[in-house]
Amino acid sequence: MSDSQANTSPDRDAERAARYAALEAEAPRLSKEEYQSRSRRSFLFGGAAAAAGAFGFRWIQTRPESNRIPDVLRAGHETNEALWRTLKRDGTNAPTFARSASSFPRVNGRRGLSEEIDLDAWELRVEGPDGELLGTHVLDDIRALPFHEMTIEHKCVEGWSHIVTWGGARFSDFADLYLDDLGGELPRFVSAMTPDEEYFVGLDIESMMHEQMFLAYELQGEALTQDHGAPLRLASPNKYGIKLLKRIGTIRFTNEQPTDFWFERGYDWYSDL
Amino acid sequence: MGSPSNQIAVLKHRRFSRWMHWINFPVLTIMIWSGLRIYWADVRDPFGFGVGLVGWHWFDFFPDSINDRLGLRARLAKGMAWHFTFGWLFTINGILYALFTWRSREWRHLLPDRHSFRDAISVTKHDLMFWARKSNPMPPQGRYNGAQRLSYSFILFLGGIEVLTGFAIYKPTQANFLTTLFGGYEWARGIHFSITIIFLVFFVVHIVQVFFAGWRNFLSMITGYELVDIDPTLGDEISQTDDDAEGSDDTTDEELTHV
Repeated sequence: MSDSQANTSPDRDAERAARYAALEAEAPRLSKEEYQSRSRRSFLFGGAAAAAGAFGFRWIQTRPESNRIPDVLRAGHETNEALWRTLKRDGTNAPTFARSASSFPRVNGRRGLSEEIDLDAWELRVEGPDGELLGTHVLDDIRALPFHEMTIEHKCVEGWSHIVTWGGARFSDFADLYLDDLGGELPRFVSAMTPDEEYFVGLDIESMMHEQMFLAYELQGEALTQDHGAPLRLASPNKYGIKLLKRIGTIRFTNEQPTDFWFERGYDWYSDL
Repeated sequence: MGSPSNQIAVLKHRRFSRWMHWINFPVLTIMIWSGLRIYWADVRDPFGFGVGLVGWHWFDFFPDSINDRLGLRARLAKGMAWHFTFGWLFTINGILYALFTWRSREWRHLLPDRHSFRDAISVTKHDLMFWARKSNPMPPQGRYNGAQRLSYSFILFLGGIEVLTGFAIYKPTQANFLTTLFGGYEWARGIHFSITIIFLVFFVVHIVQVFFAGWRNFLSMITGYELVDIDPTLGDEISQTDDDAEGSDDTTDEELTHV
């Protein structure tokens, strides 16, 4: 308390006031007349700037839409994509967690899953850039690839996240099976869709070849249930869930940027995390 | 009020401060508006109190009427598009402001000094206990008092944290060092949202204070200069304006010693 007394003593206060005043004395000054003409200019300019801002806001809102959002905001998404693709460092992985931290997530999307399918009759079609059939697979073909498990944070565009354990094959191991058929070089994009083609996603090949992009057939150590995408789905911590197709029916390698269900409904095509 | 010849205008807010202040206002408004469109895409009010805790909802940050009026429901895609585009403007504006404040040495007016915390308490007493202002005089101050130095600096600091937590949840893999720094994705998201609430509280207090600080003070954020009265007995020295001037007139030296 004595310290506080000392600091608020009149001498200290006067000394501080003088110091503050000295700092303030550096500030430029104007006569009242100069100030008044300056104020008029500032007001005119400020009013014009405010009007320009309001006009700009309206302008954005009334731009033609590009896949359900104003084209300038779509350009914003595309600029961000170009920027983050440039900044992207190879080998950057999303954090992983202890398996015990994971649990079953909610079921959040049922598009393309409207009816239960016969898992034994299921087949995965693989198509090349011209839509030609390159091969078909049963689940045992995928099981024959090296098995991996990852406990990661599954993230939704809606904002929630959930720590889950996925088991399955790396997409990169699967894609390697088709390297020769595709002329030794993978096309730039992958398109995946449900058997009924109601839900479809498009992804860039770099994201697909990331070691944390799985063709998953297990969730929490158990076979996928139908509402989580049985028998085979995409799983990754590096894309929002809207990109992680459940119940894959067809995988197509392509050089044209494939369309995407939620991209057509206003979302960012890249949706990379 | 002095006669015209007894008034002089003193530079208070430099050009960069004014530009960036007024750019920040609509940009931050757009960020909060679009951010709430994202917030409301999740299950009902994820950070409202009571969810999951007691199984029912006893507090909404934003009641339904507000959400409906502002068009915040079912607008997630547009919310993200606005947020991730205008986030850059908010970020760049903030970085430029920090650079200019540093280069122009304006930070000397703005950053708290070792008296600011105690000053802030005195200022708060002075402001809130309006019936007993004489026994709660304002401490000495420069352009900003201790409460202003603390709150402005704090809100600017939070602006920086808001940007960093924003990137932490925008790119939790590519910028995973940031996500980890803030305690993970969910924590970063919670901090990001909490700061938004602090921004809104700051905004309300700021508007009230600007209202009470008077028209001349408000004008200085537009013109840059604040008109002040010159006390003829003090030569070139400048006394405080408006009610503070009246306050200091009848606060004698003797009273000051009784602090």
